[in-house]
Amino acid sequence: MSTVTDLVQWGLRGAPLPRRRALGLRLGAVLAFLGLWSLASGLVVLLGLFNPIFLAGPWRVLGKVAELAVNGQLWGHVAATLERVAVGFATGAVLALGLGLPAGHFRLVRNLLEPIVEILRPVPPLAMLPLFIVWVGIGETSKIAFITYATFFPMFLTTVHAVQHVDPLLLRAATSLGARRARLFCRVVLPAALPEILTGIRLGVALSFFVIVISEFIGAEEGLGYLINDGRNFFLVEQMLGAAIVLGFLGYGGNGLVVLLERRWLRWERPPTS
Amino acid sequence: MTMAGPGGAGGARVQIEGVHKAFGVDGRSTPALIDVSLEVQAGELLCLLGPSGCGKSTLLNIVAGFIPPTRGRVRVDGAPIAGPGPERGVVFQEYALFPWLTVAQNVEFGPRLMGVPAARRREVVARYLDMVGLGEHATKFPVQLSGGMKQRVAIARALANNPSIVLMDEPFGALDAQTREVMQEELSRIQRVEHKTIVFVTHSIREAVYLADRIVVMTSSPGRVKDVFTIKLPEARDRFAAEFTRYESEITRVVKEEVAKVRE
Repeated sequence: MSTVTDLVQWGLRGAPLPRRRALGLRLGAVLAFLGLWSLASGLVVLLGLFNPIFLAGPWRVLGKVAELAVNGQLWGHVAATLERVAVGFATGAVLALGLGLPAGHFRLVRNLLEPIVEILRPVPPLAMLPLFIVWVGIGETSKIAFITYATFFPMFLTTVHAVQHVDPLLLRAATSLGARRARLFCRVVLPAALPEILTGIRLGVALSFFVIVISEFIGAEEGLGYLINDGRNFFLVEQMLGAAIVLGFLGYGGNGLVVLLERRWLRWERPPTS
Repeated sequence: MTMAGPGGAGGARVQIEGVHKAFGVDGRSTPALIDVSLEVQAGELLCLLGPSGCGKSTLLNIVAGFIPPTRGRVRVDGAPIAGPGPERGVVFQEYALFPWLTVAQNVEFGPRLMGVPAARRREVVARYLDMVGLGEHATKFPVQLSGGMKQRVAIARALANNPSIVLMDEPFGALDAQTREVMQEELSRIQRVEHKTIVFVTHSIREAVYLADRIVVMTSSPGRVKDVFTIKLPEARDRFAAEFTRYESEITRVVKEEVAKVRE
């Protein structure tokens, strides 16, 4: 529990914990989770509740992951998934920024793009997947296009919103210092909008790991989604859970990369106190 | 003009000619300024004084070029203005520093746009940060500064761009009373060196009497010029001098008439 003085000083964010203690708490939570999971799977075996194959213990799942890693199979799947995510997300980000920045800045572009985006946006991306397959075939292109399509919308909308809502006072200050057009945009609009744009990018990264699995369920021969679907076909619960865990770690890593960018580019929001 | 020194070396003349401003609200147009004509001499510090909502900030925004007048025009050294420009520096009540730039980078913003070479820029930044007493805070970010320090950076940023006119919109309005007086003293000291043409918006009579060469009192909404006072006080002013107090009470009487009108 935080005390009132802590609350007054740090708000609901709370006082920062010492590094070691924070790490200890996190590790403890992971171990506790693994412990509970072991206990549950152990009880299933002991009490004969249902076929223990449905809920393999964490050690067996991790063993399966290790086995796939050692025999080399895992890496091909990880590489396939990562490549699709990287290409699909990057294309989505380039499109979202390439259209979102001008749409935020110029009313004309915004009025042209917004109705189209607003009509397409409520359609669940999943509904479009069969269409992509019909259009570009079942290969890599449809999977990448699917990620691009799904990640485009949140990144586009946050970018437009970020640019549109740059504090007009900052624009006044900049124009009275002589900034115009391109330089006003590059030196004021862009840095002012960056925090929100990065939030959109973070959403996009999370979403790309979200949707890749679905597209790999259909007509893939490689990838973690394929591994899960393959596990379902052949009743390999350990493989399904293992692939899911690896996906979790990849998503965590992707988010970590964006956090690193934020720390680097948004240092001014919380500079180190000296 | 009471300004001594090389009068108006750094300043330009501002002519405000028959400026009207009306804002459209729900299809109805409400006048904010009616027929304002003023001439600000080069190197003069002119205070616009009036009750809140009298249109003094609107007038400043028109001179800055942020909003166009409905009628009339503003000329700087004879040339009509069209939009904001670097020869008219602006200091805002809310500071308006770029939060992603350090103190030094904020001050450097204008000179960098002008293409001033890096070595010269460093000199300019050092000079103006020293002038506002922030030489040691050059590498800090705005979030690390107090209100008074932020406003010093904003003043340094405006001056480093070497404008001939500085427009200040209640720049010390958000500061506490003590900081406010210190900032007034600093501005008056800086003005003795820089001799800019300054238009300073305030609703504090004491502040106006302390800083101004001339004070323009505006009527309550819609704003017109009600009265103009020339302040004949020595450069370094004493807030407790009998003369100072006499100006203060004289102007207070005029302003009170306007405040009373708002109440009715």
